[in-house]
Amino acid sequence: MSVLAGLAGALGSGAVEVVDLTHTLDPDFPVIVLPPEFGQCARFRMEEVSAYDHRGPAWKWHTITMSEHTGTHFDAPVHWISGRDVPRGAVDEIDPAAFVGPVCVIDCSEGAAADDDFELTPEIIAAWEAVHGRIPAGAWVLMRTDWSKRTGAAYLNLREDGAHSPGPTPEAVRLLVEERDIRGFGTETVGTDAGQGMHYTPPFPAHYILHGAGRLGLQCLSGLDRLPPTGALLIAAPLKIKGGTGSPLRVLALVEKETA
Amino acid sequence: MTRRDYAGVVLAAPFSTPYTRYSTETAHHWIARALAGCLDAAGLRKDAVDGLSVASFTLFPDTPVGLTQHLGFSPRWLDSIPMGGASGVVAVRRAARAVQAGDADIVACVAGDTNQIDSFRKLLSSFSRFAMDAAYPYGYGGPNAMFALLTDRYMTEYGATRAEFGHLCVAQRANALRNPNAVMKTPLSLEDYLGARPIADPIALFDCVMPCAGAEAFLVMSEDAAARLGLRGARIAGTIERHNAFPDDPVQLRGGWAVDVDALWAQAGCGPEDMDLVQTYDDYPVISVLQFEDLGFCPKGEGAAWLAARDLTVSGDLPHNTSGGQLSAGQAGAAGGFLGLVEAIRQVTGTAGPTQVAGAARALVSGFGMINYDRGLCSGAAVIEGVA
Amino acid sequence: MTDPLKPPPKKDPQKVQAVPLLPPSMRSRAAMGLTAAAAEARFMLQHCARCGAVQYPPRDACRECLSVDLDWRDTDPRGVLIAETTVRTSPNLYFRGQAPWRTGTVRLEAGVSVVVHVHGDCVKGQAVRLINRLDRAGQGVLMALPEEATPDMADDPELRELTADPKHRRVLIADARADHTPALVQALRAAGATTIFLGEAEAWRPWPGRAALAALEGVHILPLDVTDTASVTELAGEIGGKVDILINNARFLRPGGVLSRTDTAWAREEMEVNALGLMRLAQAFGPGMRARGADGVNSAVAWVNILSAHALVPDPAYGAFDASQAAALSLSQSLRAEMRPGGVRVMNVFTGPTEDAWHQDVPPPKVTPGALARALVAGLREGCEEVWCGDVARDLAERWRKGPKVLEREMGGDT
Repeated sequence: MSVLAGLAGALGSGAVEVVDLTHTLDPDFPVIVLPPEFGQCARFRMEEVSAYDHRGPAWKWHTITMSEHTGTHFDAPVHWISGRDVPRGAVDEIDPAAFVGPVCVIDCSEGAAADDDFELTPEIIAAWEAVHGRIPAGAWVLMRTDWSKRTGAAYLNLREDGAHSPGPTPEAVRLLVEERDIRGFGTETVGTDAGQGMHYTPPFPAHYILHGAGRLGLQCLSGLDRLPPTGALLIAAPLKIKGGTGSPLRVLALVEKETA
Repeated sequence: MTRRDYAGVVLAAPFSTPYTRYSTETAHHWIARALAGCLDAAGLRKDAVDGLSVASFTLFPDTPVGLTQHLGFSPRWLDSIPMGGASGVVAVRRAARAVQAGDADIVACVAGDTNQIDSFRKLLSSFSRFAMDAAYPYGYGGPNAMFALLTDRYMTEYGATRAEFGHLCVAQRANALRNPNAVMKTPLSLEDYLGARPIADPIALFDCVMPCAGAEAFLVMSEDAAARLGLRGARIAGTIERHNAFPDDPVQLRGGWAVDVDALWAQAGCGPEDMDLVQTYDDYPVISVLQFEDLGFCPKGEGAAWLAARDLTVSGDLPHNTSGGQLSAGQAGAAGGFLGLVEAIRQVTGTAGPTQVAGAARALVSGFGMINYDRGLCSGAAVIEGVA
Repeated sequence: MTDPLKPPPKKDPQKVQAVPLLPPSMRSRAAMGLTAAAAEARFMLQHCARCGAVQYPPRDACRECLSVDLDWRDTDPRGVLIAETTVRTSPNLYFRGQAPWRTGTVRLEAGVSVVVHVHGDCVKGQAVRLINRLDRAGQGVLMALPEEATPDMADDPELRELTADPKHRRVLIADARADHTPALVQALRAAGATTIFLGEAEAWRPWPGRAALAALEGVHILPLDVTDTASVTELAGEIGGKVDILINNARFLRPGGVLSRTDTAWAREEMEVNALGLMRLAQAFGPGMRARGADGVNSAVAWVNILSAHALVPDPAYGAFDASQAAALSLSQSLRAEMRPGGVRVMNVFTGPTEDAWHQDVPPPKVTPGALARALVAGLREGCEEVWCGDVARDLAERWRKGPKVLEREMGGDT
């Protein structure tokens, strides 16, 4: 039996489950808020074109507009200045094989529940590896914070000094990229960086280091608590936008059900 | 320069159609009926008429020009008199001069309008630019509201009373009851008048004319022509006409008659006291009062009381609006400007029948028309007398 | 004495809605001059440029000297009420419904007689002053008021027909977050507005002052994002029947002209909020308001847009924003025509530079929130269509009237 036939069988029998890690695209879903004099992330908007009416009697459809970085979305290397010269760094150029890979989930939910500015550090990674083994090269690494369960103002958690949400330290990102050679890094928050990530050196280390090294980002992921620490397969294929820096997308994970 | 007299010209063959409150017919219909009645009375064929004078508000989209083809006239002289309540006197003045000059031999003067269910409202809405711009937006009371302001001002200024106006209205109703063509057919008491539904204070229901459908016509021709036809005619002793008099008066308390009153009586060679009857334009009683004052019957401001002391009925000491006037016979649009004149021709030619004033020889006919904004602009008057 | 207006009773759900009716709206072109003046609540009449004679009714040539050069000028509004009547019946459906209706003749010191609406507190034979206001049909009409203010004067039923007074009315302010919203809320409450709905976009973004507004009695903060059709439609579905005055104050502003910006991203946002936002709000709330133009004491009465005076002519330093203001102005004029059948006024409050973060380097005078609120409420009370708020706005309007081309060039910065 071929590998795929086996997989198809497992999907059919439920031995492998498809887990959706995507938020619904909703006009009221928060987007990143930048200082007002900067360009802003476009909110998801949907205008009805027709609804079985005089504008189109038998069909309903919408025009949707949004940023490449609205909702659950993918960051390509060219998104960041450090990745601007990365070869095949735009969403339409990236080798599609890069979209599918094994995924490691580092559970920071307890820490994030206690501290809005919780940091993913090399120490936490080391502790995780002590239990689950070394992060393999080419893995997606997701930082689970259960932040996706937050709604309304608690999601961005904006205060007068900016957003407060967990994220990785520069050292942690460097470790993952330079020493573990990961495929990409993902979070449940609005960005791969912490809410206060602009105060690190370099500012926004996840963006800066990941993309400078040609790695990928995923953010606004949902339901990471449904993934095992290791062993799942992540599928995160962005829209094929010419020269695109990212894209809203449907992020799916294939999870083997634990055999009793 | 002395004004030329109207020697050798007479008015003859007066004819009034019955009036109806509403009509499904057109102005053309009513005008045709009046002209036919007038020609029948004169024993003339249509083609004997070589001059036509028309006053009507509801011919649209036609004009008197279109009417010639519609009714099959080929006149060599054609006039259109857009002067509402002054149209009778003005039509006489012009037609008489045409006959004197030989521009026409027999002029048929006609005024008539229909009154369809919505035509009064439509007429109001397109009456004049100043009314559209500066009167209708203020309560849209139509002429009622404008004459209410005028009446209010008159009463304030001169102390006239509603009862005095009522005296005039009650007398006209008595006259109308003798006129089979009149729209109003029930008696009116002073109590009825004073207790009537208010329309625009101090104007109440019986101060207002009843818009209706109908037409009035008469012929203007030489005295010789009338004699050949065996028609009894009325001579024109004197006339006046004036437009937009006293434009700076804050509210209209006098009309153009006051400018020209002396010229009228000088031309007529007589005075107010010589009149056997008076036909005023009575769209509202206060306007009749202004005419008596401005035409010299009594001093300014005393008209209402002066009239209240007189018997204004057909058999009274000062017969006034003997067919009931517009207040009781009805206002058939522009025919309202002919009503008094046509009745006066009947009176002085002794053909008024049930409304005949005994021994009527001389009559004053007065006209007033066109509330352009806050006042009537056209005024005119004529003294006519029966040909002995 | 004017009877104070009573708060409206709760609506009888079994009663058919009163259909909005309008007074006669036909006017000559000349008479439209009165309407133009009434749009700013100015009492103006035609004056002959040659002989100075004052004219009324409006006309095309001087009644004294036949000059065709007649200017609309601010005119002494004082006069004496010399005749009056109360119209109790009218062939016009609007006045039939409003009867009895007091009108009168006023002799103005300017030398003309004028037929006018008459306030209940005017006394015949005594001095009055005339005001020029838009009626329900959106046309300029004159009304006599007592020379001195009287108690509850604004509650006179004839005067109230000529205004968009907030008293006993319910207001929706589209953007709760705007700098001037607290001032607006305060001014509207002081003017007797009973309920104020505040639209809040992106509730996930906190903002200062929210708690203070939310704590006020009669103030309700509800979700509304004028760039999101679904959100606008949903709010209209919920409260559309209770909005008597809608104040569209949503605004997106960034500095920059055409070349000084290198893209159209902000311009698109400016259009989305400032122009298309107006359109979305109008499509959702307009039909209901237009149908409620005769709904008693708290009938729908006014739509208010807060616009930059640079809608008339751009300041190139804010050129792209100003383009969205010009678009909004144009839309408001179409909306005005479309709302007119319901007797609902569309009022634009034009401001000069406002005292906010985006005008830090613009020299004073600048419009403060309090000044804006005062001008807006005054405009509603006067039933205006155009309100010029602040010296800069008034100056711009004056220069624009004198010569739009000259003003355009002056905006280039050489003068």
